[in-house]
Parts: sequence; structure tokens; C-alpha cells
Amino acid sequence: MQRLLSAVELEKLRGRILSQRKPEKPCISICGGTGCHAYGCEDIAKAFKNEIKRQGLSKQVELKVTGCHGFCERGPLIVVYPQKIFYQRVSPDDVSEIIAETIIKGNIIDRLLYVDPVSGEKAQFEKDVPFYKRQQRLVFGNNGLIDPTNIEDYLATGGYSALSQVLFNMQPEEVIEEIKKSDLRGRGGGGFPTGRKWESCRNAPSSDGIRYVICNADEGDPGAYMDRSLLEGNPHSVLEGMAIGAYAVGAHDGYVYVRLEYPLALNNLGIALGQAREYGFIGQNILGSGFDFNVKISRGGGAFICGESTALMASLEGRVGEPRPKHIHTALQGLYGKPTNLNNVETWANVPLIINRGADWYSQIGTDGSKGTKIFSLVGKINNTGLVEVPMGITLREIIYDIGGGIPHGKKFKAVQTGGPSGGCLPESLIDLPVDFDRLTKAGSIMGSGGMIVMDEGTCMVDIARYFVQFLTGESCGKCVPCREGLDRMLDILTDITEGKGKEEDIALLEELGDVIKEASLCALGSTAPNPVLSTIRYFRDEYEAHVRERRCPAGVCKALITFKIDAEKCTGCGVCARECPQGAISGEKKEPHIIDQEKCIKCGLCHDSCKFDAVIIL
Amino acid sequence: MVELTIDGIKTRVSEGTTVLEAASDMGITIPTLCYYPGLSCYGECRVCLVEVVKGNHSSLEASCTLPVEQGQVILTDSEKARKARKVIVELLLASCPNSKTLQDMAANMGINKVRFKIKDRGCILCGRCVRYCKEQMKSGGIGFVGRGTSRRVATAFDVTPEECRNCGGCEWICPVTERACMADSLIEGLCGGCQNLAPVETCLVCTGCSESVGPQGHRVYE
Amino acid sequence: MRIGAYEIMNAYETVKAIVDRYGGKHDSVIAILQDVQSEYNYLPEDALRAVASQLGLPLIQVCGVATFFKAFSLKPRGEHTVRVCLGTACHVRGAPAVLDEAKRQLGIEPGNTTDDMRFTLETVNCLGACALGPIVVVDDEYQGQMGPRKVKKVLNKYKKTPRDRRHAEIVVSS
Repeated sequence: MQRLLSAVELEKLRGRILSQRKPEKPCISICGGTGCHAYGCEDIAKAFKNEIKRQGLSKQVELKVTGCHGFCERGPLIVVYPQKIFYQRVSPDDVSEIIAETIIKGNIIDRLLYVDPVSGEKAQFEKDVPFYKRQQRLVFGNNGLIDPTNIEDYLATGGYSALSQVLFNMQPEEVIEEIKKSDLRGRGGGGFPTGRKWESCRNAPSSDGIRYVICNADEGDPGAYMDRSLLEGNPHSVLEGMAIGAYAVGAHDGYVYVRLEYPLALNNLGIALGQAREYGFIGQNILGSGFDFNVKISRGGGAFICGESTALMASLEGRVGEPRPKHIHTALQGLYGKPTNLNNVETWANVPLIINRGADWYSQIGTDGSKGTKIFSLVGKINNTGLVEVPMGITLREIIYDIGGGIPHGKKFKAVQTGGPSGGCLPESLIDLPVDFDRLTKAGSIMGSGGMIVMDEGTCMVDIARYFVQFLTGESCGKCVPCREGLDRMLDILTDITEGKGKEEDIALLEELGDVIKEASLCALGSTAPNPVLSTIRYFRDEYEAHVRERRCPAGVCKALITFKIDAEKCTGCGVCARECPQGAISGEKKEPHIIDQEKCIKCGLCHDSCKFDAVIIL
Repeated sequence: MVELTIDGIKTRVSEGTTVLEAASDMGITIPTLCYYPGLSCYGECRVCLVEVVKGNHSSLEASCTLPVEQGQVILTDSEKARKARKVIVELLLASCPNSKTLQDMAANMGINKVRFKIKDRGCILCGRCVRYCKEQMKSGGIGFVGRGTSRRVATAFDVTPEECRNCGGCEWICPVTERACMADSLIEGLCGGCQNLAPVETCLVCTGCSESVGPQGHRVYE
Repeated sequence: MRIGAYEIMNAYETVKAIVDRYGGKHDSVIAILQDVQSEYNYLPEDALRAVASQLGLPLIQVCGVATFFKAFSLKPRGEHTVRVCLGTACHVRGAPAVLDEAKRQLGIEPGNTTDDMRFTLETVNCLGACALGPIVVVDDEYQGQMGPRKVKKVLNKYKKTPRDRRHAEIVVSS
């Protein structure tokens, strides 16, 4: 492939690609995100390949393994084009039928369709699936159309037209103005106005003129995997965004820092970078514009703190991920002391969109303080687990119920956690809160990177607070006292509370300690660490008090405070639980109700897990 | 030159000065532990916190690593700063109780209870020894290993490093363990011999001093 | 061939080949250590010394990096690595009970390896396959919708199959 050396050549190539693609040609788009890999999508892809070959349809039918389609709960997923028929929970056994019925005859296979659990309605096409209906998939939507290992798919959707536009028709300052006008705010958690960041990076003095741009793909919030899916599914959108940003700030070198735990993202990004170089979108003299921009991919080492910008840069320099105080921002002095513009994956992916469709269009979407869309990972106690992209300002209720399909097993919604370990838990009373940066912050949480964990009546909020603090104590770099020692003691207190050893003063002590850790910590990990604790105390104080004063866990979670009992009415005496019990604590005659010896019970929950009659209850 | 206000007094210092240094030039002492003149500033202990006022809100920052800024308004001994410092020292006591320096500091701040679990790490991880070895002795034989509460100062593979010249600087510069607490035993993390557990009487001349008032009332002055 | 009996020969040469791949740049130390670990399944002392000397870095600094990042292990690891996801979604769906059962079955704490060097138990913070939670990954295979009951079954399956020790290992494989 010859490197493209002008905008005209690019459009000629794009025209050629499009003319070779027939929109009416059947195409099977298989979701190949990590989640669906875990479901076995590779076997399905292989089955399709073999069946297509067997039927002699290799020229007539296209098969594409794409990035994540978003509806992870229903994987493995496929979408059949051109009709956009949506099949869910596909197995390799369904493949021959799909080819025979849908591809060859054009029939829809009912049993593979999505059925709404409440209305019973079947959705034939992707757009009719309730999960997708309320979304606005501007950034994520192309995932289903693109094979990330084939740059021409990206070109077919209009890829790199924004870069071309910028290089030949816009000055760097104009690009910055456009991004400023769009009011795009960072999607990694900080929500800092992107245009302003670019501007201060461009204006920062650099003796040798060296500047850097970095893509922060160290997505560490547990339960958040938006960035991973973007990198796996549409890596070029990120590369294009970075190239545009580099041009705007005057950088010629960029880094993508990817979490080590994302091998598929690393793989696909590597392939995409190679192809981008080959075609001339990255490297020397991009599209013949005279602008050079090179990108290196760097792997993380398994440290959540390296998602913090100064720790990330330290890691790139070969040092441990110890943050430094940000009195001097990294836009002024960052990597190797040079002006550095660091942005999150999703932020970069929004850039080509804004350039292509204009800041005016972009700023129509969202709220006053938060423009555009945001991708959330909707997980936990929710029917429709997956990645959702919605306009800012949509309410939590709409996300959780209209898109998420509500809480499984008829349980009651209790809280939703946003912002990961830096965020807070929001209760039922705030379910109509519009989701945007400022409103979430005011409520005691943060937008964060987009993790949205839904919890039901079976979730103990004290246990959740303890979980987050434990996570952070494991990830703290250990440099400063309030985070290292403070969080550790917070964990001690929370553990005591969950074990029924809490004292009356403990709740006040958690609040006092939390306030100090917030104010005194050196970096954002420490200063946001108390949020889950403080927000759960704020909204679920009664639960804390029940643990402390009554030695009771209302949600039935904290082991030390619960008892497993067998309901004699429901027990059929099948004996499965007794066999499963590792301590031999269950006894009973065949076909007679069994009993748990509380002295021996270690609360492992195996009996509860194995009982088919729901006879094991938690008190 | 940069003009800023510290504790209500305007001062001018050259750019690049830290707030800690600027305050010290004015005769204002801010407590420190990880700071040592001549070594790079680390910002670890957070004992030197000062309140930085911006309009109607404020934040706490470590003064040793805070560069002076034009028009900055700093309060070195406000209630907010002192309250935070107290908790920091309380945490330090909980992690390194056997240190006269820390016990003295605690007594001066009026800390009369350590409410956190005592886990004696024997070190506050201020890194003075590491910085001394690297910056003054140009050896770099000791450093930090691990992360979080497992972080500790160590040598490679726990053997004497080749670079070590037996200068003793690491021992000498340690702010906490060079002088062990003199008291016979610690009582719940507090030194039994210090003033802060002794019964107190009311000050003879009350100037409404800024010393923290605990449940036992004002401290005695000789 | 058991990992415990694996001899570290020519650490200097092996390390040099890796260091050269990165142009001998000391800021690539993390990537270099990752490749060294892929080679030996852990970071032997000799290899760390070789890395320090070849990059011109103080040994304690290399040790600092090797002990800071969770990706690295200074102890030999087992034939099979069992990773229990403790991401928030998995936690809410009952991951702690799965971890407890894994600990009980293997008799070790996370971060450690069984005496017979068969299994290393680790915890991970979110693999991003939340719809399948709770998740356990053994080597490359994802086991979704885990409950304490399934742990024994899954482990038994691996107890019967030794894997190719030469298989290059990074912390979580695809």
C-alpha cells in the first residue's frame, strides 16, 4: 500500500473502497469484544466461516468480527446486514440455521431475537431493541461496522477525514478554538475542559520546542471497560483524535499508555497503528502535509495509580508510579519536563466527531455544563449489563430502567455507584438526577470514567464502602501519610463495623478521617478515596448504625452478622447441601428437612448456592 | 519577585521559593518531618500543611512543595490546618509510636488520644535517608520497595549494597527513630512520660493562646 | 519439568537480547522487565542484576520498579495461574465467596503459589467482562458465572492437565 500523500488521494481511496462495497451484500457482524470472547465468539466466527465456505457463499456473504456491540448481557451477539437483524445469545449450533434461513432465504429466526422480559415484545432489528433505542451512539456506534484489524473499514465510515480537514484547512489555533467552542470536557474522570488544556499546552514555553500528547488508556476503575472496548473496536478513532490534538498543540510524538490487563486492546491497537503508518496517517509528512507525528504504545505494569497523569508519566520515564503535586500542571511541565497534553481514550475519540460535524452541532447535545455524549458501563445488579452511550443530561432512571431494563429477579433498586473508587453511591431518592459532571459532583459523587454499578436490596452499603477502601489501600503508591496510613486505618474501622465490632464513635471518626484524607492527600487517588465512605454514610447512615448498634446487616451480606438457616417448609431433604458443605455442618435424614450446625458453619454460602429449592435462607 | 500574604503579613520573595521557605524567612515556623534543607522537597509527611485561601473557599497544601504565587493568601496556623495536622500526627503515632520526635510533636499539638490501631512500622517513610544517600552522598544504595502499606526503605535483596560507604548519614538524618522514646512504655500509642497525659491546671495568665484545648483544659506554662 | 527445577542460565545473555530490543533505553525498564518475566515466568535475582547493570541504573531502583508493579513476581509462579476478578460488578454478584472457596481449595492466599508449584492464585481488579460475573480466569480461559460450587469443578479440570511451561506469560492473557 502506497502512503497517501494528499487529501485528494485519501478521498480517491475512500471512493474506491466505497464503490467496491455493496450495501445490499449480506454481512454478518459478530461482536468480538473481550466479553464476547469469554462467551466463545471465536468458535462462532469459525463456525460461520466454515459454513459459508461449505455452502460456497464466500463471495456472496461477508463475515466481520468487530469490536464490542455494547449489549454484553446478551452475548454472543451478531447483527445481520443489510437489514440489521439482531440475534442474541447465539451459539455455534445456530450457525447453519442462520445461514440457511436468514442469509439464504431472508427469514428471521424467532428464537434468537431479543424478547423484552416485561412486555414480551420481540425486537427484530437492532434499532428496536430497548437497550439501544434510548442511546445516542455517536462515538461507540461504529463498533459494529468496523473490523478493527482492517483500516479500510474505518475509512469506509469516513475515517481520517477530520484529520485531513484539519491539516489542510485549519490552523492549529483554529482547531483549539473549535474544541473550546464544543465545550468538550475530559472523559477520564477529571472533566477538565479539553480545549483549555490544549491551549495551555500549546502556549507553554518549551526551549527545544518538544511537546507530547498522551492517551491515557490505563482504565483502572473496577467495573468500567468503555475505553477498552473503544480501543479494541475502533482504535483508529483514537489515533485520529491524537493526531489532530498533536497538530493543535504542536507535538510530534505521542504515547498510548495501555493497561497491561487489556491484551486484545493492545493487540488491535498495534495492528491499527501499523496500518495507519502504512497508509500515511501516522508518521512523517502525514498525507503530504509536512506534519510529522509518531506514536508509541506503552504497556502498564498493573498499577491503578498509573491512571493518574503524573504517575503515568513517571511510569513512561521508567520510574515507579509515584504522583507529584500538580501545582505546576502537566500541560506546562509533563513528560520529561516538557509541555504534555494528556487525554483519556474517549476524549480523543470525540475529537474527529467534533471536527467533522462541528462544535455548534456538538454543543447542542447535553446540558449547559456538560456537552456531548458519555459512554457508561452499566453493570452489577442490572438486567441489561453492557456499555451504553447517552447524551449528558439523561436521568439515572432512564439509564437504569429504560435502557438497563431494571433490576433482575424482581429485586428493589437500592443505589448506583458512579465514578469508581473516587465516586460515591447515589440512593433511590436521586434516581431522577440528570447525569452530568456538576450535578453528580454536587450530589457527592463524580462522573468519573463512566463506571455505573447498580445495587439492589441485597447489597450492603457498608460492605461496598469497605470494598472500595480495600481496593484503594492495595493500589495506594504509599508515598504520603494520609493516603497510606489514613486509608489503612479507615479500612480497619470499616472491617470492624462489618464484623460486628464497630463502636459508636466509629462513624464520626470515619467522617473526620475522611475529611482529612480528602484535604491532605498529595494526589487525586487519596483525595477522592473517602468519597465512597462519605457518600454511603451520607445516604445510608441507618445501615451503618444497624451494624454498630444492633450488630445487624440489613442486606444480609456481612458474614459475621448473618446466619444461614434451612427453611424446614421448603427443604425436600435432597441432601445436596450436606454433600457440598466443606465443614460437614449440615445433617438430616433423606427426604427430611436438614439442619445447619451453627457452631461448624463458616458462612461460605455453598449450601445457599447449591439449593435448588431456595430453602437456605440468610438471616 | 513574587508578593504574597502569609498570616496576614505581606512579603516579597523570589520566584521558585516555596511557601515553607518564605514563611521561614519571616520567622514563621511550620512543623515539618520529611523536609530537610539541602535535600529535594518530597511532600510526603503532610505535616507542613497550610491553608491556601482563594476567594470564599480554601484548600490545604503541603508548604514544602508549594511554590509561591503572586497574590497568594496563606494561613499557616488556621484551625483547618491545625485540625488536619493533628490527625496526620495521630496517624503517624499510630504507625511509628516509638519516636521521641513524634511524641513531642503530638504533645505540642495537644493530642491526648490515638484513636487508630497501632501498627508500628518503625519508619514514617519520609525518605530523608533515601534522598540523603542519593543526593548528598551520590550513592543511591537505599531506596523504596513495595507499594502502599508494604512500602519500606530497603537495600537491593536486603544485603549491604556495593554503593554503601558506611557514612552513617541515613541513620543521622532520620527524624523519628534516631532518638527512641525515653518513657518506659507507651500507653495506647502515647508516651506515658509526656505532659499530654498528665493532669493539667488552668493557665495562670490566660492569653487565649492557640494551644489546642483538650478535655483536660489549658496546659500549664512554667 | 517443574518450574522449581528450572535453571537460570545465561541470565546476562538473555537479558542483553531483551535490553537491545529496546535500544538499551533505561526508560523502557518496565517493558524490559515484562519481557524478562515472560522468559523466566518470574524475575530471578540474577536477571534483575543484569538489567540494572546493562541499563546503568542503581540496582535498588530496578528492585523498586519490580516490587511496585503488580505485574511482576520475584518468586517463581505455578504452572496454572488462577485469577479471580474482584471488580465492583463481580463483587456485587458474589466474588468474595468465590475467592474464599478458591483460597480454601488451594490452601493459599492470593499472590502465592501452591507448594507443588501447580497453581498461583491472584486477584484482578476488573477484566471488563462484567456480564459474566463473577469471573475466574485460569491461564487463558475465562470461566463465567462462577459460584463457590463451581470452583472445585474448575480446579479439578486443571489439576489433571499440565500446561506447556514455555508458554509466554503476561499477567492476564487474552
